[in-house]
Amino acid sequence: MNAFRSLSLAMVKGLLRDRMAAFFTLLFPLMFLLLFGALFQNNTVSRSHVLQVGEVAVLDEMPAAERSGLSEALDIERIDDREEALAQVSDGDADAVVWEEDDGRVELRYSAADAARAGTVEGLMRSLVQTANLAATGQPATFELATDQVEDKSVKAIQYLAPGLLGWAIAMGASFMSALTLVNWRKKRILRRLWLAPVSPGTVIGARIGVSLGMAFVQTALFLSVATIPFYGLRLTGSWWLVIPLVAAGTLAFMSVGLLIGAWAKSEEAANAALQLVVMPMAFLSGSFFPLENTPEWVRAISNAMPLKHLNESVQGVLSRGESWGTALPAIGGLLLFAAVLAFVASRLFRWDDA
Amino acid sequence: MWAPGPRCASTDSDQPTAGRLLGRGPADRKPATATITGVTKNIPAIAVEGLRKRYGDVQAVDGVTFEVAHGEFYGILGPNGAGKTTTMELVEGLREPDEGTAHLLGQPSWPRDPKLLRRIGVQLQASAFFEKLTAREQIHTFAALYDVPPERADVMLETVGLTDKAGTRDDKLSGGQAQRLSIACALVHDPELVFLDEPTTGLDPQARRNLWDVLRAINSQGRTVVLTTHYLDEAEILCDRVAIMDSGRVLRVGAPSALIEELGVRSLEDVFLQLTGREYRE
Repeated sequence: MNAFRSLSLAMVKGLLRDRMAAFFTLLFPLMFLLLFGALFQNNTVSRSHVLQVGEVAVLDEMPAAERSGLSEALDIERIDDREEALAQVSDGDADAVVWEEDDGRVELRYSAADAARAGTVEGLMRSLVQTANLAATGQPATFELATDQVEDKSVKAIQYLAPGLLGWAIAMGASFMSALTLVNWRKKRILRRLWLAPVSPGTVIGARIGVSLGMAFVQTALFLSVATIPFYGLRLTGSWWLVIPLVAAGTLAFMSVGLLIGAWAKSEEAANAALQLVVMPMAFLSGSFFPLENTPEWVRAISNAMPLKHLNESVQGVLSRGESWGTALPAIGGLLLFAAVLAFVASRLFRWDDA
Repeated sequence: MWAPGPRCASTDSDQPTAGRLLGRGPADRKPATATITGVTKNIPAIAVEGLRKRYGDVQAVDGVTFEVAHGEFYGILGPNGAGKTTTMELVEGLREPDEGTAHLLGQPSWPRDPKLLRRIGVQLQASAFFEKLTAREQIHTFAALYDVPPERADVMLETVGLTDKAGTRDDKLSGGQAQRLSIACALVHDPELVFLDEPTTGLDPQARRNLWDVLRAINSQGRTVVLTTHYLDEAEILCDRVAIMDSGRVLRVGAPSALIEELGVRSLEDVFLQLTGREYRE
């Protein structure tokens, strides 16, 4: 226990005192989340900017509750001069102008630059006018539209950014730490020295796994804390805690990638380069930075072979899409199997010395 | 847990402190094997029999046999590629011999036996330190591997005169300081048998002599010390007996003075060159 604790402590101190390594493995991915999360915060159609000239009854007489509902889609600004308003639309500074003629006709002029946006504005205004017309007749509506929200397949940016970037962070942290420990300890003959001390290999490997798991859990906690603040708006659903066994299995899988590279590489520089060559393309192909849905078929085919893709998808599933063991278990099993196979190959390549 | 033995440096009241220990001159030669206690008294500290190890086409060790008595200061000398390092690694139990056996304190060193490892100390090289740790953290880490309390580790740091460098990271220590730390890490669990691999390589003459005093003090406490070195003056001054190796074999074993006399030369260096030849080694 003594040996386990002190080896773990030596590894943690070694990592945290190496400022570059600590930055790239711990803070760098978090910075991506802070940045990307803010940039893609609102990736749905943003509110349309509508200029209202003078009085427009259908807008002005709207009850407060409906008005606030409308303001989710339309940003209505009052302006006095119609010519000025039209000029703003044609310059692209506003999306539409609305005014009311003396005979009660509501006039809408919109920019055709963005068809979807134009459609939204036109549709909304038409519906407001129709509703007002119906209300004016005092008749009950013949047809009624009932709506309810559906949890759809598409996701908000933060829903894939948080798991994707977390997966990337776990992959980097776990693989770099295990590879560099192996190369460094071999080069400095610490492996030999440990062999000649009365500690079991299990204690040494256990300490390495323990520290990597600890770091991965700290990263997970940081990522979730940031992603769930209202500004970023990730909402955790039911079995979100399954992220813990998933992250643990992912950590083991990427540690085995690191072990394999560490067993092969002769120097820290070589290990570093090889890890970058493996981890960065894997992160792109696994949808850590952007969703894979719009990528070509062959990219998706390759991505299926990437352990990170399965980690990302299952973490996304349990975190925010209400999925549970059904998603988590196959991913955990696959990641552990991957870890076992690579660790076995690494053990065959293992060398005590650089020679 | 680590338990104070009869020769425990931290509890013996007459234990040399850093100043006394490092201040000893060559005149204070140790009282040989007088302090050896216990059941291992009649068994040699090291008994090596017919060790062989082959790497591919190279017969690195080719039938090495020697014995080291308890409390002896034993040197293994040889040119580069003579098989010293491999012999040491086989004796320490780092590698499995193809043939032959090595017994340390009566126990075989292969397969790995944690009980035996508690009784031996190994200094591999000055660079066998953990990344980014201070001198004190290094020795505390090694102490923990042997269940030795940190207080004892601090005493060891003082013994090698590194207390004022305790907060210095390994890469900021001078060559001599790093060697002393490395030796302190090898001795932190109070081993009966100590292996030192070229401990004075790369040191200036002052640091070398300073380290000789440390090594003598280790040996004078009754520990058996096995040393490899390239410096024949060092072996001549420190070692009770030396084994001169070449081509994976032990060519000659004896006290430096006896070998000098036997071959009728002036120094151990002459003995060495006469036995191993003068041609350049890679």
